Amino acid sequence: MRKYSIFAVAREAMRGHRGWDKQWRSPEPKKSYDVIIVGAGGHGLGTAYYLAKEHGITNVAVIEKGWLGGGNTGRNTTIIRSNYLYDESAALYDHAVKLWDGLSQDLNYNVMYSPRGVMMLAHNVHDVQVFKRHIHANRLNGVDNEWLTPGEAKDYCPPLNISKTARYPVMGAALQRRGGTARHDAVAWGYARAASDLGVDIIQNCEVTGVRRGVNGAVEGVETSRGFIGARKVGVVAAGNTTTIMDMAGVRMPLESYPLQALVSEPVKPIFPCVVMSNTVHAYISQSDKGELVIGAGTDQYTSYSQTGGLHILSHTLDAICEMFPIFTRMRMLRSWGGIVDVTPDRSPILSKTPVPGLFVNCGWGTGGFKATPGSAHVFAHTIARDEPHAINAPFSLDRFRSGRLIDEAAAAAVAH
Amino acid sequence: MLLIHCPYCGEDRPELEFRHAGEAHVVRPDPISEISDEEFEAYFFIRDNPKGLTYERWRHMHGCARFFNAVRDTVSDKFVTTYKAGNPKVEIERGEDGIARVKGDGQ
Amino acid sequence: MSGTNRIAGKGRLVPARTVSFTFDGRRLTGVEGDTLASALIANGIHLTGRSFKYHRPRGILSAGPEEPNALIDISRSSNTHTPNVRATVQEVFEGMTAQSQNRWPSLSFDVGAVNNLFSPIFAAGFYYKTFMWPKAAWKHFYEPNIRAAAGLGVSPKEPDPDRYANRFIHCDVLVVGGGIAGLIAARAAAETGASVVVCDEQPELGGALHHEIDTRIDGQEGFVWAQEIGSELAGMDNVRVLTRTTAFAYQAQNMVDLVERVSEHFANPDKLVPRERLWQVRARRVIVATGAIERHMVFAQNDRPGIMLASAARTYLNHYGVAVGSNVAVYTANDSAYRAAFDLKQAGIAVPVIVDARSDVDAGLLAEAEALGIQVLTDHAVVDTKGGLRLKSVRIERVGGGKSRTVEADALIMSAGWTPTLHLYSQSRAKVVWDEESARFLPGKAVQEMVTIGACNGTDALDALLEEAANAGMEAARLAGFAGASGYRAPDAESLTSRRGALMGAAPGAGPETTVKAFVDYQNDVTAKDIRLAVREGMHSIEHVKRFTTNGMATDQGKTSNIHGLAIAADMLDKPIPQVGLTTFRLPYTPVTFGAIVNHGRDRLFDPTRKTAIHKSHEALGAVFEDVGQWKRPWYYPKAGETMHAAVDRECRTVRETAGLFDASTLGKIEVVGPDAAKFLDLIYTNGWQKLAPGRCKYGIMLREDGFIYDDGVVGRIAEDRFHVTTTTGGAPRVLHHMEDYLQTEFPDLRVWLTSTTDQWSVIAVQGPKAREIIAPFVEGIDISNEAIPHMSVREGTVCGAPARLFRMSFTGELGFEVNVPADYGRAVWDALWARAQDLGACTYGTETMHVLRAEKGYIIVGQDTDGTVTADDAGLSWAVAKSKPDFVGIRGMKRPDLVASGRKQLVGLLTADPKQVLEEGAQIVADPNQPVPMKMIGHVTSSYWSENCGRSIAMAVVADGRALMGKTLYVPMPHEVIKVEVTDTVFFDKEGDRING
Repeated sequence: MRKYSIFAVAREAMRGHRGWDKQWRSPEPKKSYDVIIVGAGGHGLGTAYYLAKEHGITNVAVIEKGWLGGGNTGRNTTIIRSNYLYDESAALYDHAVKLWDGLSQDLNYNVMYSPRGVMMLAHNVHDVQVFKRHIHANRLNGVDNEWLTPGEAKDYCPPLNISKTARYPVMGAALQRRGGTARHDAVAWGYARAASDLGVDIIQNCEVTGVRRGVNGAVEGVETSRGFIGARKVGVVAAGNTTTIMDMAGVRMPLESYPLQALVSEPVKPIFPCVVMSNTVHAYISQSDKGELVIGAGTDQYTSYSQTGGLHILSHTLDAICEMFPIFTRMRMLRSWGGIVDVTPDRSPILSKTPVPGLFVNCGWGTGGFKATPGSAHVFAHTIARDEPHAINAPFSLDRFRSGRLIDEAAAAAVAH
Repeated sequence: MLLIHCPYCGEDRPELEFRHAGEAHVVRPDPISEISDEEFEAYFFIRDNPKGLTYERWRHMHGCARFFNAVRDTVSDKFVTTYKAGNPKVEIERGEDGIARVKGDGQ
Repeated sequence: MSGTNRIAGKGRLVPARTVSFTFDGRRLTGVEGDTLASALIANGIHLTGRSFKYHRPRGILSAGPEEPNALIDISRSSNTHTPNVRATVQEVFEGMTAQSQNRWPSLSFDVGAVNNLFSPIFAAGFYYKTFMWPKAAWKHFYEPNIRAAAGLGVSPKEPDPDRYANRFIHCDVLVVGGGIAGLIAARAAAETGASVVVCDEQPELGGALHHEIDTRIDGQEGFVWAQEIGSELAGMDNVRVLTRTTAFAYQAQNMVDLVERVSEHFANPDKLVPRERLWQVRARRVIVATGAIERHMVFAQNDRPGIMLASAARTYLNHYGVAVGSNVAVYTANDSAYRAAFDLKQAGIAVPVIVDARSDVDAGLLAEAEALGIQVLTDHAVVDTKGGLRLKSVRIERVGGGKSRTVEADALIMSAGWTPTLHLYSQSRAKVVWDEESARFLPGKAVQEMVTIGACNGTDALDALLEEAANAGMEAARLAGFAGASGYRAPDAESLTSRRGALMGAAPGAGPETTVKAFVDYQNDVTAKDIRLAVREGMHSIEHVKRFTTNGMATDQGKTSNIHGLAIAADMLDKPIPQVGLTTFRLPYTPVTFGAIVNHGRDRLFDPTRKTAIHKSHEALGAVFEDVGQWKRPWYYPKAGETMHAAVDRECRTVRETAGLFDASTLGKIEVVGPDAAKFLDLIYTNGWQKLAPGRCKYGIMLREDGFIYDDGVVGRIAEDRFHVTTTTGGAPRVLHHMEDYLQTEFPDLRVWLTSTTDQWSVIAVQGPKAREIIAPFVEGIDISNEAIPHMSVREGTVCGAPARLFRMSFTGELGFEVNVPADYGRAVWDALWARAQDLGACTYGTETMHVLRAEKGYIIVGQDTDGTVTADDAGLSWAVAKSKPDFVGIRGMKRPDLVASGRKQLVGLLTADPKQVLEEGAQIVADPNQPVPMKMIGHVTSSYWSENCGRSIAMAVVADGRALMGKTLYVPMPHEVIKVEVTDTVFFDKEGDRING
């Protein structure tokens, strides 16, 4: 693989950029592989990369029904943070943040990880209690998260309205300075390029239509729109489409798929220096390097695979944005889009072996999977390679719904009394 | 915003009046206290989540307040039919034109 | 004179109605009805902006919403700045301030243009390949600099003074687009009596008739006909005509969203008039008549100011009476540009040459050109242009090479053909189909109740279009239930304009063998070679190409560039265009103001504010309020100069020493009525209700099916078949929903009816030793002696003459009553009770004091001391879970392995070693404070207060196996110290519990 650097760019500039290689190969599928990953999003491509890099398993294919990075990887608002409450979640997401820091250098691909800080606003006494609980737990887990007064929050994010007469005044904020954003497409492309270079076959426009199991029940490979492809192990990393794939293997999942929308404004000069989230007024926002305000909306209430949702959901989100940042009412929505998010009953992911030997599943990231991409991929590769979970993802097993050992961050936030 | 036919009110009303209430025809085991952990998991957590026709519940929250069932295509978000809670699961067939209809309704 | 390029006798504006405005500080004159673009061109100004990446000087490309270049900051005052406004859409108004963007220090001398010199480096996607070392430099150096260079306009900095409005409407037929096709369809549908809405984004109806002066309908100029039919339609009761109104979203089930620009074109809009209005239209049938958008030619240096679309030049001339130059060259692959050339020539403007990339051109057009004295070069290409801030000349070559010639020109108008506007059609989730013959994507099969007509449907011939439109209108009405035969007959019409011919992708001379800068996406500075580079690097999906190059991602969303980009990629991939495929059309069609979408949902109306019936009395008493869900609840009642801390201490002391009044109206209340009411509650709550006698109350907890605590509250039995259920304040709606769910779908045979009565009752808690004395004079029909109404009882009678349910209950551990009266009486009863309470030395108290008092007694608050992961046993409430009931919600879930495992966190009390020290709520608890991070946390503090009555701090916490740790010492590590705590039971005050029996 040719190394990317400013020198390489300058050399290419002198000859019209005609010397660049393809970033990834587009091979025909082989008859069989050691491991097949279903789904070429960030988590799937990353899994293939770490399988090759850390476990020496290079006979790997990543199969994608559309184009790589075209699912939720390319449709999210790119927020990265790890200030989760429970030890299990904090360990998983902080593992990811540690990998984000240095991912560009590791992949030799600028994923533009930008730790510009994620600030979560508290609007009532209950929020304050919940956020402080997070901050204390994070501190003892070694995860940075600090409390800001309304004035400090405004200093950190000048467009913020901290007026006491607001409908829901800001009572303070929790700030994780290592939180931030990254360039979503670059994450998919960087993993794809690095994995391809290590020998991984990325097969796009190839839809999985069946999962073949042998007489002993173990996985033998997948049927696809381009024929059968054998594999000793199959890892399903298909986000909103996980239920569909797992049904093919005869495994029923505790998942529901919902539409999640997001939007960007027209680009403007830097006005918004960090990421702001508010659970109470319900919106999140940052500004991209291109200058667009990137705004996340909530899910629609019904399950859907349509990748669209209702305008009333976007409207509710913009209400919230303009409530927190009244200067933005004259800004304009440039583009909106939808993804399909797979949600588990406890809103925590599943990174797990399954009852089917050789079949592994990584799903249930709901609305927040992007931030975990490197960490998720890293421990999932471990799980597939060793046939047992990494200590970090052991609690995120599929059988927790039987035992009741849930990791319910949302329930822990409870509701106002 | 979806437009939903409430089988109790007999009217098409905007989605804002309704609240989605999860998968339909999930029967609460009786007696529930006797079931195994596996059965509880299957009842409470496992969901069909189909890509295509789904049987789901809605409640006409800001209307008659009744729960009812619906069949909807999760790819197009189009409703095939809605029917009262407690009624048996309606059978759906796809015509040659690819359009899903209640079995027996014909073209 | 409103500009030197205004042609006397041309256009439809009234020259005398001048409008004065400024552009970059320069005072200019336009005419009423001008867009900012037409007014600038009239004044000889084409240079209106700088491109995103290279800061190249850019002029006005179009005369419509597809404009990529002329993006301007518009304002009428310091708080009305709007960035990135398309000059081709914005109408000028008296006093308008227009400023160019993305340049420093000025538009004509922009330091950022140095980027253009580095453009060989700044190829598509270059930033993914560099800026990686040293690692910290991305955050501290590269990214801040990239961000500062990016962006176009400047965000508003002050709150918006304008209003926005919203309407929901239904109609039988919605027609999107008020060109010929749309107007005929609307007229045909309206004739049947169907309710019709027709919308168009321009100020006047007519669409392409704005520039097509050769189109004659019913014997008159098409534009004139359009205005007449428009006023006819507007005069019909069943028709609504909306101009300046853009349909921007096509949603499920024929919901189409429109945004109307109501007052942005007025000099001094009335403050009561909204700036914009959102229309959310639910239509039985939709007719999409959105026309087509002309494409530019992709050739070397095709971006100089003065280079624009041919139809735009024709619009400026024929509608605005403005010449886009004095010497206008033409470059085309489409017939329609000839008509523009002819109009210009006939208006007296020099047209030195028509360069046509095609070899086969209609003989009639060539003859007409010759007759007008215009030189036509077929099979030729423009291969280069010159000019700094304005086009000076173009260089022309025969296709395939040869000797070139240079032609002077101050404008070049161009057409590579027309792209049907399929945004709305595609948003409706229908698929587009490639039409090989006409080389364009056309609508396929509609999937909603919708039809496409006219140019967006690929219907070029005028006769066919007229018939198609009239039929569509009548058919839509018929399908909407208006069967009556429409008497409508389409008008006679004729036109000379032809739109034959198309060129997609790079024009001759800008092919893969060249390295010229031929712009595909002007705003984002995407050239043909950028797209080729993307393909070479393996970006084979059109979505990858789009994201890698940013083609089509600018504020115009690729209206002119997407098809070109696709064609260039297809060429590189050696695949047919339809196999490469289009990117998805997403809402909105054009950018939509946040304010229009938010409309009334701002400030006070962001979310409803719920106030109790007694709110005004709390205000009069100086209460500070707390937001609890949508409610405003009194938090505490400070006396003059009193801190919150002092007020709460005083309130806490007073309640226990004397008494206090508390507004508990926000508690959720549900009336459960029917012969099976007790049976139903048995299923919903963990404890039993059959044996509860009428007139008595009981504390109940309810679980979710998974066994975790869902809500709690006191329930009073009013009669055999009637219960008064209370819930937590936040829980009221979801508890009712939960109950209805089980009642309607799991236990439908039970004869029970549920009614929310939260807002029907005002609830005044009177708590403290003097509670009885306070209420005594006001109560009639109820014996309130201790024996007659013991703790946990309810009686009906009157209080202050109002019908009342009087509860004897307590959330403070004191003798207490809760007076429930109909909300209309709430304030009067409160005021009466307060007058007496005050005389007796009692106080009013708020939620904070309520929290402290209940914590002193170890009463939990669901949602604070429990969250959604706490079982009844965890909370020490096993006593409230019936052992003998065969069924209740949660009976199975609570027995799952992890819910009965050892090591669960249990509710306990905590006392700090230093009684003065108050723990922080949410603080974490460890057994060993000296362990390294990450520490093993065994619990956290759920409630913590200074207790004036105990004379020390108190706290509640959940701690792993906490009940087995009574008397043990644990630790709460804080940032700067470790606090030692002792585990205790949860009752801190009046452990015997005598006070409650008063």
